[in-house]
Amino acid sequence: MIDLLAQVQLHNRSGGGASCVADNGFCPGWIVDNFTDRYVDPFFQHVYLTVVSVAIGFAIAFALALLAHRRRWLIGPITQVTGILYTLPSLAVFFLLLPITGRGNTTAIIALVAYSLLIIFRNLMTGLDNVPEEAKDAGRGMGLTDRQLLWRVELPLALPEIMAGLRIASTTVVGLATLAFFAGAGGLGEQIFADINFKSNVVTAGGLAVLLAAALDGLFLLTQWLATPWMRARSA
Amino acid sequence: MRIERLPALLAALALLPASFALAACGGDDDEGGGGGGGGGQSAIQSNPDNGKTTIVVGSKNFTEQKVLGEIYAQALAAAGYKVKKELNLGDEKVQQKALETGDVDAAPEYTGTALTSLFGVSSDDIPKDPQQAYSEAKSDYAKKGLTAYPPTPYTNSNEVGVTQKTADEQGLKKISDLKGKSKKLTLYGTPECRQRNDCLLGLEKVYGLKFKKFVPVAIDLRHEVLEKGQADVSIVFTTDPQVKRNHEVLLDDDKQMFPPYNVTFVVRDKTAEQAGPDLGNVVGQAQSGLTDAAMSELNARVDLDKKTPSQVASEYLKETGLVQ
Amino acid sequence: MDEGEVGMITTFAFLGQFVDAVQYIFGGETSREGTHVGGSQFLDLTWEHVKLSLVAMAVACLLAVPVGLWLGHIGKGGFLAINASNVGRAVPSLALIAFFVAYFGVGFTNVTVALVLLAIPPILTNAYVGVRQVDRDTVNSARGMGMTGTQIVRRVELPLALPLIFGGIRTSAVNVVATATIAPLAGVTTLGDPIINVSGYGETGRLAAAMVVAALAVFTELSLGAIQRVVTPEGLKLESDQASRRRVPLITRRQAAT
Repeated sequence: MIDLLAQVQLHNRSGGGASCVADNGFCPGWIVDNFTDRYVDPFFQHVYLTVVSVAIGFAIAFALALLAHRRRWLIGPITQVTGILYTLPSLAVFFLLLPITGRGNTTAIIALVAYSLLIIFRNLMTGLDNVPEEAKDAGRGMGLTDRQLLWRVELPLALPEIMAGLRIASTTVVGLATLAFFAGAGGLGEQIFADINFKSNVVTAGGLAVLLAAALDGLFLLTQWLATPWMRARSA
Repeated sequence: MRIERLPALLAALALLPASFALAACGGDDDEGGGGGGGGGQSAIQSNPDNGKTTIVVGSKNFTEQKVLGEIYAQALAAAGYKVKKELNLGDEKVQQKALETGDVDAAPEYTGTALTSLFGVSSDDIPKDPQQAYSEAKSDYAKKGLTAYPPTPYTNSNEVGVTQKTADEQGLKKISDLKGKSKKLTLYGTPECRQRNDCLLGLEKVYGLKFKKFVPVAIDLRHEVLEKGQADVSIVFTTDPQVKRNHEVLLDDDKQMFPPYNVTFVVRDKTAEQAGPDLGNVVGQAQSGLTDAAMSELNARVDLDKKTPSQVASEYLKETGLVQ
Repeated sequence: MDEGEVGMITTFAFLGQFVDAVQYIFGGETSREGTHVGGSQFLDLTWEHVKLSLVAMAVACLLAVPVGLWLGHIGKGGFLAINASNVGRAVPSLALIAFFVAYFGVGFTNVTVALVLLAIPPILTNAYVGVRQVDRDTVNSARGMGMTGTQIVRRVELPLALPLIFGGIRTSAVNVVATATIAPLAGVTTLGDPIINVSGYGETGRLAAAMVVAALAVFTELSLGAIQRVVTPEGLKLESDQASRRRVPLITRRQAAT
């Protein structure tokens, strides 16, 4: 046996609950002390996963919507395929992709992107379809080409619907990204899972996810409000 | 103090660390860091040669394992090795796979778990003597290209735990007392418990117990389910701090179903070769302070005080003087 | 080996894993200690999964449909009904389950309550919106014919709102089936067990469970979709092709703009 300079200091633990933490309560003191160590990094991982997934999902859905806007027969098949992707539980998708793409951010992002396609695509199509005929006629009357019509009349008028789609997509993706740690991508879910029994931990990590969802929701709402002055004028 | 004496005092002070260093060097040559001696001897010495070896340290997914992983990792880093951590891998089978494939180079494992779960030794054949259990595990590990270093002083066994109330109501002192009564009781354990001879399977075969229901829950919840009254019986560990605090009763293993569970640090042969003799020495030093009471205290600091395993490990190394 | 060959080998490697998983679903394996996993054991897991989902959905429907219908009928509580979905969407399923585990413990009842809370918002919102969008003239003529409030709800508004209500039920059901996958965290052994507690099942078992869960979710979606089509009155079917394809809670343009 090796002699040591000292032994570990033993604390008396047979007494009852001495502190909020030992009693598994909601302990603001502990949360503040451990916030930077335990929650900041996962939070930013979570933001990264959500933002990247929604951005890529939007890009793909947008391309699909532009295609389907002119070739109506595409709407059915695209809706079917994105619909199936939407139905698959994200946890299952992470592990179905695992043999192909391995553990890590990529797998998580692919699954999250697939999930968001239906929502954004469907809202894009609805938005474009709901553009009033009069607006389009006026545009054509002014001599706009089809392309100009799309970018200067149809898309701006479809903005509320598009924003609604982005709001729904981003809040759901935040929720799904809590499971992304199963695919090896980190995020707030990892923190929840790390101590699923400790009330302070669950409430903090879960609460941060809810706040993130609310923040993104508000952000898109604000963007919509700023980008559609004519809607403001109308409701004023 | 008179200023003339200052040079003499300074010279004496300068000689002091030199004399410690000489003593330490001398000690290392003879005993390799073991044995008593000068105050500086039990601290871990950093050897710059070790910097060429990188060791990836892994651990399983519960508190004690995470603390152990951190202790070994920090001790090795103090000795000058380049250390990476991959803690919280999962259960024993996941960790073993990681060791065999080289995803991690070293990890702590319990001798009993290795024999029953990894090497398929049946409950009847498991040696009850801790040293014998270690030697058997060591030779089994050697066949897989892994070196198992000498074990810790403490042992942390699976235990059958009940609340004081249940023990009083059902009259339970030893596990055999559950015979006949287990049909009305629910047992909670880890998911892997269902396939382990030192867990559910052993209780069924060795003690002939049939529980009303077995519910697999996350390892972190093993005491909560007893406290909240959901579990009548739960599989817990000897060093769990919650046992004392919640006044739980650990039933006596009268048929000696559970093997010894000392911790042995398992390292890939290639890494052990590259790391040299210092590795074994540092491992021995690091685990020398781990008595039953000490380990329980460290677990308590994570589970009850909610500190991180990393913090607790460095506290351990500082309090025992292993790391300055 | 050049890149092309390596690529082909990787492709066949993971195809092999999928084939193994299918074999696992139907045959399963027996571990060294004698426990059997996969094959018929998967039926037990599937039944637990389905049972949990059915109970949660039944309770959620019993609570949300009447409330949504009534709120829609009297035209009050719209803010609550519409935003229930928005709030519900913002709460991650893992956080909800973890909250219940931390505060109430593990067990079938606790998980069911969490799933009920998860399932209510889409059904509530859709029931409300479904009734609101019934043509006011239809309702007025019914009132003119002397029908009482409850009769109007039962005989006029409910049938016309049924497609949307089923849309909400469909959304909720798929969510519940998906969330039941993480029920093992709360001590209920569903098909998520091989995924979350992979030891004892192996990676093949995990992949197999993922496949079965995915199939179960698609099956739920398709069968409820079929029922939704069946309950859509002929008149509404002719009205709009797009509306019946809506799988998510309907947010009309007006509501989206607020």
